[in-house]
Amino acid sequence: MTPEPVALITGTRKGIGKYLAEHYVKRGFHTEGCSREPVDWSLDRYTHHCTDVADESGVRAMLDSIRERHGRLDVLINNAGIASMNHCLLTPLATAERIFRTNAIGPFLLIRESAKVMKRRNYGRIVNLGTVATPLKLEGESMYAASKAAVESMTRILARELAPFGITVNLVGPTPIQTDLIRGVPQQKIQAIIDQLAVKRLGRFEDVSNAIDFFIRPESDYITGQVLYLGGA
Amino acid sequence: MHANAVPDAERVLELVIQSTRAVLEQRGATLPDTIGRDTALFGQNGLLDSIGIVTLMVDIEQNVFDRFHASIQLADDRAMSQRSSPFRSVGALTDFILSLLNGGA
Repeated sequence: MTPEPVALITGTRKGIGKYLAEHYVKRGFHTEGCSREPVDWSLDRYTHHCTDVADESGVRAMLDSIRERHGRLDVLINNAGIASMNHCLLTPLATAERIFRTNAIGPFLLIRESAKVMKRRNYGRIVNLGTVATPLKLEGESMYAASKAAVESMTRILARELAPFGITVNLVGPTPIQTDLIRGVPQQKIQAIIDQLAVKRLGRFEDVSNAIDFFIRPESDYITGQVLYLGGA
Repeated sequence: MHANAVPDAERVLELVIQSTRAVLEQRGATLPDTIGRDTALFGQNGLLDSIGIVTLMVDIEQNVFDRFHASIQLADDRAMSQRSSPFRSVGALTDFILSLLNGGA
């Protein structure tokens, strides 16, 4: 078994996921990551899987590989997500389905298969990424916010189902951060979101990792089923 | 399911019995004198509670992978049904695993 802790992060090709991969490698984790496309960067002690989080057999193969190579999984961060800014009257069914498959079904599959590996050592830390679009009820983000609301509900319930196996499940809800996810969103829309926060600025990658660091500490074994929105949303 | 040669029923039954014993031992439960095809796994006279069943299923998936190098998925909507659950007895579970190894179910 690998002596160092092992973390699996989804959606590591760019944005928050890439930052989190670098962050946890620096913190001494053997880090595994995935995205549909290959990454154009590399890191020591980082292994990439070209896996779609909504593809059941792909997710199972990735977790089989982690179990065979490391014999353990300590941390899962469900970061992969897609968004679509649009009025509901103009949103195609295919877009709605795609958002739910990646944002809600993906985390479900990842949690189910990861928990099987974590259970072997009766230890695991799962952190899902949500969004402030859910509590702020942002117009134009109905399917995105609803898919993340599903993850929030899953977080609270799976915290109870997985507690007997020493696994905690929590959620961090970031504010908008300057990534590709909000590239197409008009500046005035972003400003309107910031105006609704207690702390009136865009989020930073470090804000997200700071909250995740807290949830995944071994000492945080009594903290589960919690939802933490950043920026005072 | 990705398998090499499909193991025979006897080897799968042995794996189910060994896995069941291991879960009972882990959970500090009393082991019955014998465990066979007719042994009920859950329900009124079953050996395991719901967490025990979940633990057994996960362990069996991993034991099947380790021993037979086959990746099976034991998740089933009938899991908690006492009448039709493929996990209701050692025999039913053995047959269910064999059907998965043969590419069915």
